[in-house]
Order: sequence, then C-alpha cells, then structure tokens
Amino acid sequence: MALSTNKKRLARILAGSVFYAAGLLYGAEGTTASLALFLSAFVIIGGDVLLRAVRNIYHGRVFDEHFLMSVATVGAFIIGQYPEGVAVMLFYQVGDLFQSFALNKSRKSIADLMDIRPDYANVLRGDKLEKMDPNDVEIGDVICMRPGERVPLDATIIEGNSMVDASALTGESVPREVTVGDPILSGCINVNGYIKAQVAKGFGESTVNKILDMVENASDKKSETENFITKFARYYTPVVVVLAATIAVIPPLLIPSATFYDWIYRALTFLVISCPCALVISVPLSFFGGIGAASRNGVLVKGSNYLEALSQTETVVFDKTGTLTKGVFKVQEVVPTGISGAELLRTAAYAESHSTHPISTSLRQAYGEDIDSSKVTDTNEIPGHGLTTVVDGKRVLAGNAKLMRREGINFPDPIQAIGTVVHVAIDGDYAGYILIADEPKEDSARAISDLKRAGVKETIMLTGDSKSIGEDIAKKLGIDKVYADLLPGDKVEKVEELLAQRSEKGKIAFVGDGINDAPVLARADIGIAMGGLGSDAAIEAADVVIMTDEPSKIATAIMISKRTLRIVKQNIAFALAVKFVVLFLGVMGIATMWEAVFADVGVSVIAIMNAIRALNTEKIGNDDVDIVKLDGLPDAELQKA
Amino acid sequence: MKTTLRLEGLDCADCAAKIENKVKKLSGVNNVSVNFVTSKMVIDHNEQDAAKILDEIVAVVKKMEPDVNIKRAL
Repeated sequence: MALSTNKKRLARILAGSVFYAAGLLYGAEGTTASLALFLSAFVIIGGDVLLRAVRNIYHGRVFDEHFLMSVATVGAFIIGQYPEGVAVMLFYQVGDLFQSFALNKSRKSIADLMDIRPDYANVLRGDKLEKMDPNDVEIGDVICMRPGERVPLDATIIEGNSMVDASALTGESVPREVTVGDPILSGCINVNGYIKAQVAKGFGESTVNKILDMVENASDKKSETENFITKFARYYTPVVVVLAATIAVIPPLLIPSATFYDWIYRALTFLVISCPCALVISVPLSFFGGIGAASRNGVLVKGSNYLEALSQTETVVFDKTGTLTKGVFKVQEVVPTGISGAELLRTAAYAESHSTHPISTSLRQAYGEDIDSSKVTDTNEIPGHGLTTVVDGKRVLAGNAKLMRREGINFPDPIQAIGTVVHVAIDGDYAGYILIADEPKEDSARAISDLKRAGVKETIMLTGDSKSIGEDIAKKLGIDKVYADLLPGDKVEKVEELLAQRSEKGKIAFVGDGINDAPVLARADIGIAMGGLGSDAAIEAADVVIMTDEPSKIATAIMISKRTLRIVKQNIAFALAVKFVVLFLGVMGIATMWEAVFADVGVSVIAIMNAIRALNTEKIGNDDVDIVKLDGLPDAELQKA
Repeated sequence: MKTTLRLEGLDCADCAAKIENKVKKLSGVNNVSVNFVTSKMVIDHNEQDAAKILDEIVAVVKKMEPDVNIKRAL
C-alpha cells in the first residue's frame, strides 16, 4: 500500500520535473509562458502538500510541516523566485520520499527481527492434521511439528525426539535436545525430528506471545531523551515561525538599505527548516531498534526508559545463589580419615539417603550408585546438627561440627574450607569430612570482566551465606565488594544504602533470579532477572529479563544500550547542528532555500538511516568493547559496524 | 477490552501523538497508545458499544490522517 503511494509520488515528481526543466530551458524570465511552465511544475509536484496544508488548517493544525512548506514555496513565487519555489518543493518531495523509504525499510527490519510469531499450528484431529490459527488451539490439544517448523504454543512432548533451536528467544544458537516429557516453548524452531506434543498453555499465555507483547509495548515507556524531544518539538516550530515573521518585517523597517524582498526570502528559508521531523522520527526509532537488538540477544528490555538507564549503569549488584552461582550444591572435596574416600562417600550417601535436603541430594549425586535403603535404619534427624543413623549395622553420625562435639567425637576443628562441611563418624570414630559448595556458573567470571569493559564502575555481591564463602566466590570472579550473612530483608536495605550513595547520573542495577528477590528488583533503578525463559515470575518482576541463565548477557545488554544511546545522541547533535547552522546562515543571507531543504528532509533521511544501525545485532559481543571506547568520536569511526 | 489497530502508512511521529491525544478523549476509551514505529494503535475500551467506539476511533484517525489505511490486527 505504502509502496504504491510512493510510486505515484515518484511519477508526479518525474512529470513535474519535466515542466521544471522546460521552464529553465525556455528562459525568458518574467513572461507569462515562463510563469505557466513553473506554476504547472509546482502544482504537479507539490499539489498534495498544498492540499494537505489547507486541510490541516481546516482541522485546526496550523504549524504543520505541509503548511510551512507551502507558505515557504508560495512565498517564493510571490516574490518572483519561480524556479526556486519549484526546486524547493521538488527537493522537499524527493527528500520526503526517501524518508518514507528509509522508514519503511527500518520498520521492515524491525518486523523481521520480531518475526517469531507462529502463523499456524498443526493440530491432530482424529488421525488427521488440521492447520489452525494458534489462537484457536486449546490446552490439551495435540500438535505436530515437522522439521523446520516453528513451535506454535508452549507444549509438552508426547512422542518423538528432536533438537530445538531457541535462538529467537534466547540468542543461544546451539540447539537443545528434547524428548518425550520435555517441555517445548513456543517460538523455538523444531530442527530435525518429527514431534508430537500436548499443548500446555493457550496462545495468549504462551512464551512467544508474551515476549512479543512486551517488546512491542516497550516503547510506551518513554525515555527521558524521548520526552525531551517531544517537548523540544512542541516549542521548536512555533519559535522558528515567530522568528521568521520577525525577520520578514523588522529589519526592512529598521535598516534603511534592507529590502522586504531580501528579508522575506530569508524568512522563507526559516520556514523550510522549521520541522523537527528528523528528531521526532529517528529518536524513537533508535530506541525501538535497540530494544529489538537486545531481544534478539535473549534480553528483554521492558521500556525505552530502562534501555536508557542501562546505558548509565554505574554499579551492578548481584544476588549470589542462582545468579552468579548455579544454585546447585556439589561435592567439592572428600577428605577421609582412616578409611578410603569411596567408603566415606558411600557411608555419607547412605546415611543421608532419607533426607531431601539439597546437601543430601548432592551427596547421593556424587556417590552415583543406587542406594539400597533397606540397609539404613533408625534414622534420627537433629535439627541444626545433622543426623544419626545405622548403616550396615554400624552407627553413623553425619553432620556439622556441633554434632561431633555433642556426641564427643574427636575431630580436627576448625576446618579451613570454603563451603558446607559434613563430618562423618562411624561407630564413634571420626571418619573424615566431605566439602560441599555451590559452583560459579561457567560465564560468571567473564560476565564481571565484560561489565568492567562496558564501563561499569563497581560490581557488588549480596549473599545470605557466610563471609568466607562469599569472599571466596568474589575473589574467584573478580567482584569488587561482598556483603555476606544477609537475610532476605537486608538485601533491600543494602540496595537502598547504595542508592543513597550513588552519583546523580549513575544507575544501580540489581540482578537476581526474580523469584525470592522481587522487592529488591523493584527497589533498584534497574531490576534484572535471570533465567526468564519459562519463568513468569521473573518476567513479571523485572525491568530487564535475561532469558537464559548467563550473567554475561548483562554486559551484552549494557553494550547494546550504550550503542543505542550513542546513535540517539549523534542524531540529536547532527540534526540540531545542521539546523542551527543553516538558520544562522539563512539570517545572514548566505544560505538559500536549497541548503534549508537539506537541513530539513536531508537530515531526516540521514538520521533515520543512522537509527537503523541500532538494530544491528551482529557486532554485539566482545569486539563491541572497541565501540564503547569510541564514545564521542565522529560517526565515521562507527560506520563500519 | 483491548483492540489493536494497524495504521498503515502512518509516517509522521507527530501525527501519532496527535491521534493518541484525540482518541484518548473519546468516551468509552480508557486508554490508548499509538506506537509510531510498529504503526500500531492499542486501545483499551469499554466492552459495551465496542463497535460504536471503534467506528468513532476510525473516524478520528481518518479525519486527522486521511491517507492512513486502518486494519484490525490480530
């Protein structure tokens, strides 16, 4: 639709240009024939602009782009500048056409980026497949997916094995293997197998729809920059128009040598530059592009305001468990005394076999073999200590130092180890201990170093664990500060303390798992939740959602936000600079309407094309660090991105 | 209830804001947001007289921007 309108416009521009060229060739300025040629060209090229101007006045919209352009060009005719009147209209139309193309192109790029909406679902009806709109599929229906097809709704596999590619949701390009019983999320691509699955959620509640909703509505929450532009636009046009009127009238009255002809021409130049279009279009476009690029990388940013805040992040505060560490306890060390390590582990696993505590689970996992629970009798748990039980007829104690002391066991104390220590005693003799600890995630260290490189000044970790555990992890990962032994309520207090200390422009981001730390997420400037994919709680609670479990994505998000803001600033600076320079040259009588048209539509086109770069997702990563350092350098340096 | 309209050919951000303001004032409309980039208008309106409200909205948009093509989005 838009395309055919543009084609018609192009045809009119070409036809009008013929008359314009004829007028120029004919020469004989001032004759009726010359006026007729130029006037025809003007009406053919700019008729629609004039029409819209009249219509808008009728609707009470005076300071409108079309009206101003009409006044400027008709004014040129009135003072006898026929060729210029036509030329300005011609260039305005060509520029506007370019702007329309550029806008359509960037809209299309954004649409492509978010083209994860499934078009149909193959629903099993009896023994036949029916192609249905995903909206109409109900929970419990069975859907089938061939290789290459998109998963339309959140479902659980009931038949078949396959690999699924969740890159559209998480940015993670390595496909994951799924089989019967596994959940699959809508928006993923089924890569190679034929699978049948039972629908678990309706389309409205399905992952893909939630993500799209969020991204599309993200631009409703406007950034400060956007609000500034809106305000600026409200004043810019009237101010320029009033200035134009002043210029047309005052100087010729005050300065003896000044002519109305000359100053009216200068005033008309002003009118041509009086639209803030370049800013009004390119700034929201850049923000939207940035949000789109982030979502492609598996980071959902819930509003332009949060994207802007991310770019100003000064401090990142992490919750430890589940964010920087896996949140899964694992046996780190087995230190036997008098028996073999395997024997110690086996005894401990057996002793703890009736318990569901995460520590017990990790012991059983480390042991790895099946446990014959009939060999374990008389288990007695002592809260805060551990347990006593009988394994293979021997009395076994398994627990902390307090338990050993209580039972009068001789054991080495204190043990210099980081983590949770399970002491074991068999028939009254100390048998050694097993060290259990949470592990950092694979990319946690990289996450911290990337954040530093992205310009974050301080990284802080909050944990409910002991100081020694907290400090050990912090040292391994390169975190600046640790606050340990915190109760959940203390975390909110700590973040509030930090908020009070931060600099005026600097923002504090808190990263958590979104499940137990909703109040902290809400309190921080930017609440970032990890592991959002499939977790509604995390998506609800946070301002920014990392779809995967990788903390390194936080740096990616900050880099995208910085690049977006840089593009926005470039556009603002460029557009304002050109406009003000041409306005100034216009008053001085140096700039003609030609330069003015460039300052209007030319700048718009360039700004829109620059804004499209915010969408570029490929360069985000380690090498993007270079771009961060380029802050403030001219655009040419960045153009290669 | 919520209805989403696609405003095809909406090419000035200024008009998006103006349309938003006008539509917001219609009775039966609780909230409206026009997204210039995705050319979508999301209207939160009363369930009662939904058809009439939507007709009024279309009329407002047509009056402000006659070249915009309005479609009902999914």
